[in-house]
Amino acid sequence: MQVPAPFDYKRASTLAEAIALLRECGPDSRVIAGGHSLLPMMKLRLARPEVLIDINHLSELDYIKVDGNTLKIGAMVRHVTLQKSHLAAEYYPIFAEAEEQIADPLVRNRGTVGGSLCQADPAEDLSAVFSALKADILIAGSYGTRKLPISEFHTGPYTTALNPDEILTEIDVPLRSNTGSAYEKVERRVGDWAIAAVGTMVRVDDGLISEAGIGLTAVRADHFRAKEAEDSLLGRSPSTEAIAEAASLAARHCNPFADQRGPEDYKRHLVEELAKRALSRALNRSLPEVH
Amino acid sequence: MTDVKDKPDGVGFGRVTRKEDARFVRGKGNYVDDIVLPGMLYGAVLRSPYAHAKIISIDTSEAEKHPKVKAVITGALLETLNLAWIPSLSHDVIAVLATDKVRYQGQEVAFVVAEDRYSARDALELIEVDYEVLPAVVDAKRALEPDAAIIRDDIENKKDNYIFDWGSGDEQATEAVFKKADVIVEQDMLYPRVHPAPMETCGSVADMDPISGKLTIYCTTQAPHAHRTLYALVAGLPEHKLRVYSPDIGGGFGNKVGIYPGYVLSVVGSIVTKRPVKWVEDRSENLMSTSFARDYHMKGKIAATKEGKILGLRVDVLADHGAFNNTAQPTKFPAGFFHVFSGSYDMEAAYCAVKGVYTNKAPGGVAYACSFRVTEAVYAVERMVDRLALELDMDPAELRMKNLLRPEQFPYTSPTGWEYDSGEYPRALRLAMDIAGYEDLRKEQAEKRANGELMGIGLSFFTETVGAGPKKHMDILGLGMADGCEVRVHPTGKAVVRLSVQTQGQGHETTFAQIVSEVTGIPTADIEVVHGDTDNTPFGLGTYGSRSTPVSGAAAAVASKRIVEKARLIASAMLECAPEDLEWNLGRWQVKGDPSAGKTIAEIALAAHASLELPDGIEGHLDASCVYDPPNLTFPFGAYICVVDVDRGTGKVKVRRFIAVDDCGPRINPMIVEGQVHGGLADGVGMALMESIAFDEDGNCLGGSFMDYLLPTSLECPSWETGETVTPSPHHPLGLKGVGESATVGSPPAVVNAVLDALKPFGVKHADMPLTPAQVWRAMQGRPMRTDLAIK
Repeated sequence: MQVPAPFDYKRASTLAEAIALLRECGPDSRVIAGGHSLLPMMKLRLARPEVLIDINHLSELDYIKVDGNTLKIGAMVRHVTLQKSHLAAEYYPIFAEAEEQIADPLVRNRGTVGGSLCQADPAEDLSAVFSALKADILIAGSYGTRKLPISEFHTGPYTTALNPDEILTEIDVPLRSNTGSAYEKVERRVGDWAIAAVGTMVRVDDGLISEAGIGLTAVRADHFRAKEAEDSLLGRSPSTEAIAEAASLAARHCNPFADQRGPEDYKRHLVEELAKRALSRALNRSLPEVH
Repeated sequence: MTDVKDKPDGVGFGRVTRKEDARFVRGKGNYVDDIVLPGMLYGAVLRSPYAHAKIISIDTSEAEKHPKVKAVITGALLETLNLAWIPSLSHDVIAVLATDKVRYQGQEVAFVVAEDRYSARDALELIEVDYEVLPAVVDAKRALEPDAAIIRDDIENKKDNYIFDWGSGDEQATEAVFKKADVIVEQDMLYPRVHPAPMETCGSVADMDPISGKLTIYCTTQAPHAHRTLYALVAGLPEHKLRVYSPDIGGGFGNKVGIYPGYVLSVVGSIVTKRPVKWVEDRSENLMSTSFARDYHMKGKIAATKEGKILGLRVDVLADHGAFNNTAQPTKFPAGFFHVFSGSYDMEAAYCAVKGVYTNKAPGGVAYACSFRVTEAVYAVERMVDRLALELDMDPAELRMKNLLRPEQFPYTSPTGWEYDSGEYPRALRLAMDIAGYEDLRKEQAEKRANGELMGIGLSFFTETVGAGPKKHMDILGLGMADGCEVRVHPTGKAVVRLSVQTQGQGHETTFAQIVSEVTGIPTADIEVVHGDTDNTPFGLGTYGSRSTPVSGAAAAVASKRIVEKARLIASAMLECAPEDLEWNLGRWQVKGDPSAGKTIAEIALAAHASLELPDGIEGHLDASCVYDPPNLTFPFGAYICVVDVDRGTGKVKVRRFIAVDDCGPRINPMIVEGQVHGGLADGVGMALMESIAFDEDGNCLGGSFMDYLLPTSLECPSWETGETVTPSPHHPLGLKGVGESATVGSPPAVVNAVLDALKPFGVKHADMPLTPAQVWRAMQGRPMRTDLAIK
């Protein structure tokens, strides 16, 4: 049996209490939500927090709602809730597509959206999804709240812009008209981390691409994003050529490395292939539905 | 054998619910980790982080100061007990705790015994080991190069990493057929290192009673009797004071055949602390340090006429045995039964040569449902036949049909000397093709190919080689491979059957009761099966190599027949007639010509325990035993067809259909057989597509967790389509052949052949398992990867 090193446990029942506990317990404390990343690391003794602050009872952070022109997703929303959310799917089918490929039902039942982003695993799926959607991250801490674009949230593998006494509270996704989104992932086996995955969001106004987001995961793209590819699409009419060019740019501007999931050349190929597929599907979805 | 239709319900062979499931589905199984004894302590093993390193010093003083630690055991202490090294199963030794060097990542270095398992783990971190890291030998192909580090300098005068050379067949005759062949195809292939990965990891609870001197070892073992005798031989423990008890086992697949250092350490821990000591390894320990399987680098060469008649086959193997040669197999066979590699085909000559080498990897070698390396043999021949089909541009089913052994050739002596007992091979292949709709599948494939879609159809035909084995040919460390069985009918006609074999999930409590029921007519529900406890069962070598039904099942059948014969004599006394005047009507002896006059087995059992005067020479009671020394192995066989679709953009393989026709002789319980086949097919999909234990250049194990060592899930498995033919074994008392490993042996080549068939438009001839999306894509580019090393 793998057992963690000794640790202390505290339960927070409100956000304010959680932040107070974080401040009180110091930088060797860690917030625990679903625990599906942190607990395995603790059992392998790769993570050894001295105190776990349990925020599973923070129901105030468990919501998916539309407020004005924004889709707001609370940090404590479980993967399964986002996967099955009609509201989220109505605006962005990418959520259901990505979520149903994240881990397995047991993990999705417990794991949280906020926890996934904070874990900042370089192969994490929602980082690519929110990057494609150009979401904003809301953060609360001892000194108040702040908001960061997703592109500034991740600072490297397993590291984020969060200070030790801060908690991610909400992800804000702008709502857009004439927009499609899609997610494409290849894994060695269901439940495995992605070999590579691509999330896309495309908005088409008056026959021209007016906004594009391409998120990449598991291929060391800066901030999970294919910026050059996104830029290449702007102002162009949707076409096979435009898609191919963007996909090729996405493949060129990421930095995959070889591991047991595949060699570097394959991963780069996969980014191109999946970007083509995800862009095509997003573009199809951006068209007004024919009734 | 009586036809099922003629039998009363609940008697004999047939599709009955498993007796053991009543407790399993309620979570009431009793596994080693469920055993809690008064005063029990917990052990944990400190393992080497390095693949190859000299141990400069080990400082345990801080660990010993931990308030809950009761003992810290190192190799130095074991040396004083002469237990630092123990014999392996293959004329070598293995280290219980490293004394001089560590030779693979995960090797045992020290053992902590503490009051709870948390403290034991915490104390491991307090042990200071000073290592001097040495270069690791990772690539088996380079193990014999002159500049390779010497792994086994514990062996006197050892100057290389060579273990053995072994060959079988007629090399000259094989060369001769190659000279006259129209077509010769050569192919290098790797059967990569895989792991049995049973759901329950290995563990033991050792309880040395300091008063009686009796040592009880509760252990995850597939072979309790063999373990007990080996403990007695190695540690000098008196065998009558040793009890090995194997309770419910959560899967074995060969992983639980051998004796692991952890078992020995729990025993030493109990002797040292005078309290029971439990040791249960975690998942990573299981994957990194216990017996792996395969790791065979094979060069195949097949010869044929231009019409497709196979003439001969040669396979040269480089076998990676890891740091200690601890392969579990019959003593005389260093490559197991690999030399059955001519498979199911009629050919003039065959020859194989196997070279074993040491590497800085975990030892083991045969584990994982392989029937002593028949798995590797079947893979080799089935890939070579497909390579030949590609070369001849011939349909692989047609090529197989042309070369399969014909029914009239049985019993058949293979070019390497095996005597196949029985078989009707073309019938099984035809049935599989009919279930698959083979001709239509080929049409569909042609249409798909025209559209650029990649669909593949793969076949394999396997001949299994199980039921080891005849004592005159086979032993393990000098212990003959016969198995005992005792059947006792109680006065009221219920019965108990005691077995030397031990189930790990195969359903012995049901199937062995059914065997006794089939012969005696006692309802299956009235027969209790006792196994796994050396104090309460007869001697035998245990369950692996699909040997339970062919060997122990035969013992149960013979003992049951002895019961029936004894019952006849008692019935004749009861009915006051001559035994010859009685006829057996399942469960009842009755007077010929007067069926109303008869005695049931229950009536006879009661009489056997009562005051009835028995015929001369017949003692009371109704019991019998048998020690069964099989006259030959049994040779189950089957024809498998796999259909895959490959995504040409991503290399991802989808197994669309899998058709498995198995012939294991008569089926004791068809439901259990199907369950075994389903599990083995899933195994095969896993090995072919995802399971991998590779090592980086420093010898770090890259498959040490279920995040890295991928097992298939239901989503990777199609709905299995099974079929059967029945060809009884002529020498087994009930015609049974065994089936446990058939599907694991037969399915990987079918999956691989299917994927490579799908890739035919790219000119791909071969790519090694596992056929991950990356490997498939690389194969399409003409650059398949080595799958035993880290991907670069």
